[in-house]
Amino acid sequence: MPLSISLVVNGVRKDVVLEDPRVTLLDLLRERVGLTGTKKGCDRGQCGACTVLVDGRRINACLALADQLDGANVLTIEGLAQDDRLDPVQAAFIAHDGFQCGFCTPGQIMSAVGLIREGEAGDDVERIREGMSGNLCRCGAYAGIIEAVRDAQKHLVHSTDEDRRVA
Amino acid sequence: MNLFDYVRPASVAEAVAAGSQPGAAYLAAGTNLIDLMKGGALRPGRLVDVTRLPGLDRIETLSDGGMRIGAMVRNADLARDPRFAAAYPAVAEALLSGASPQLRNVASVGGNLMQHTRCAYFHDAASACNRREAGSGCDARGGENRNHAILGWSDACIATHPSDFCVPLVALDAIVEIEGPDGHRDVRMEDFHRLPGDTPEHETALRPGELVTALRLPPADNYSAHARYLKLRERTSFAFAIVSAAAMLRIEGGVIWSARLALGGVAAKPWRARAAENLLVGEAPTAEAFGRAADAALTEAMPSGDNAYKIELAKRVLKCALLLAADGTPRRMPALPASVFNSDTGCHTHA
Repeated sequence: MPLSISLVVNGVRKDVVLEDPRVTLLDLLRERVGLTGTKKGCDRGQCGACTVLVDGRRINACLALADQLDGANVLTIEGLAQDDRLDPVQAAFIAHDGFQCGFCTPGQIMSAVGLIREGEAGDDVERIREGMSGNLCRCGAYAGIIEAVRDAQKHLVHSTDEDRRVA
Repeated sequence: MNLFDYVRPASVAEAVAAGSQPGAAYLAAGTNLIDLMKGGALRPGRLVDVTRLPGLDRIETLSDGGMRIGAMVRNADLARDPRFAAAYPAVAEALLSGASPQLRNVASVGGNLMQHTRCAYFHDAASACNRREAGSGCDARGGENRNHAILGWSDACIATHPSDFCVPLVALDAIVEIEGPDGHRDVRMEDFHRLPGDTPEHETALRPGELVTALRLPPADNYSAHARYLKLRERTSFAFAIVSAAAMLRIEGGVIWSARLALGGVAAKPWRARAAENLLVGEAPTAEAFGRAADAALTEAMPSGDNAYKIELAKRVLKCALLLAADGTPRRMPALPASVFNSDTGCHTHA
């Protein structure tokens, strides 16, 4: 029996009819909503290329059935930049060469956004490495990735402080 | 993946009714079930989504000082709950040593208990596996089996249970709350997972249609000052245990009053080490006493394949976990939870 679900993807409401219950969030994003920035790597929850935020938390979109996410708020790599202004995490990945081929990068960046929001790694390189362990990079750009996350984290903590002072 | 019916019941009673139908399986976050379905190892005809059932997402403190955790509490939320992490630090450490942050953000308490073995022959639908298909044989016996069981295995099955979370739970005498077609019942965590015997297809004590709804933990204040989980794996993060150990000690006046010990990665269930616990009572917390306890924990161990090394490894991991526990629970969760590579927890990482 087809199921109608409604999602908010990058701030825009999407109503989708699922004729097949096997559709994952990853397939829905790429094939139904047309957002191909989220990548399909292993499709088994091992590589992290499909990482997106659901209701503010980073998850593997490949293991989540779309059926289960009726009403969810999804943020993908396409929703990160504000107009022409890159998100600080995106800018830090460029500044620190946090990629080579770029296939894992959307997942790396979304995972980093989730990690920074979780607020537990701070400036500790070991905690950042552990916190990013759900994202594989076959090019081995890890050194740049860790530096990028560290830099973005500092920037975001700083700007949050500024916001507080202004408020 | 096979085609299935998806149903989303509104209550536990509706869920049990739907889950009691032949071919039905309960679906929580799906991090294990969907993975197995994608590989064709499991083919349920109906998925009963339990993620939105009311009342299953609570973490409560009980009047006796213990805690009750709803089956749909997510691993990350439980590990980060300040009351829970303070009361049961080894459980929090075990949770944070498992899977990846993305998986922990969705994986549930009930799903963790219900996860299947990571034996490659269980996962490969083309292989013979008595656990997946009763009576089909066991390709692990003559296959790649260096990470298989050293305790409690049988000729029918040599798989191990992959959970980290369940290891300290068994040591702490946790209780599993279950709803089913015949009503509510409690099962001791230690009895929840079954050894294979001749019927490895019966992985847990659950009867058809039964659903895990919550977990209860007795108070463990006596152990919270000396509680650790240690996990040896082939890479530091995002890997299953080769061998792991939960060690909790009540130490007063330089003497061990009581101990709680369990091993992971060694059997089809988390392995409580009672003989070792008893040996430690009245002893001073020394490397010698811990070594004797570790030997006692593995006296019945037997290789099931190319895995004799795991017997010595399990002794060393248990001894090492005891030394770390004796040093005291770290004030802050280590950067690498349950890892031997921690530099900020002091000493003794080479038993």
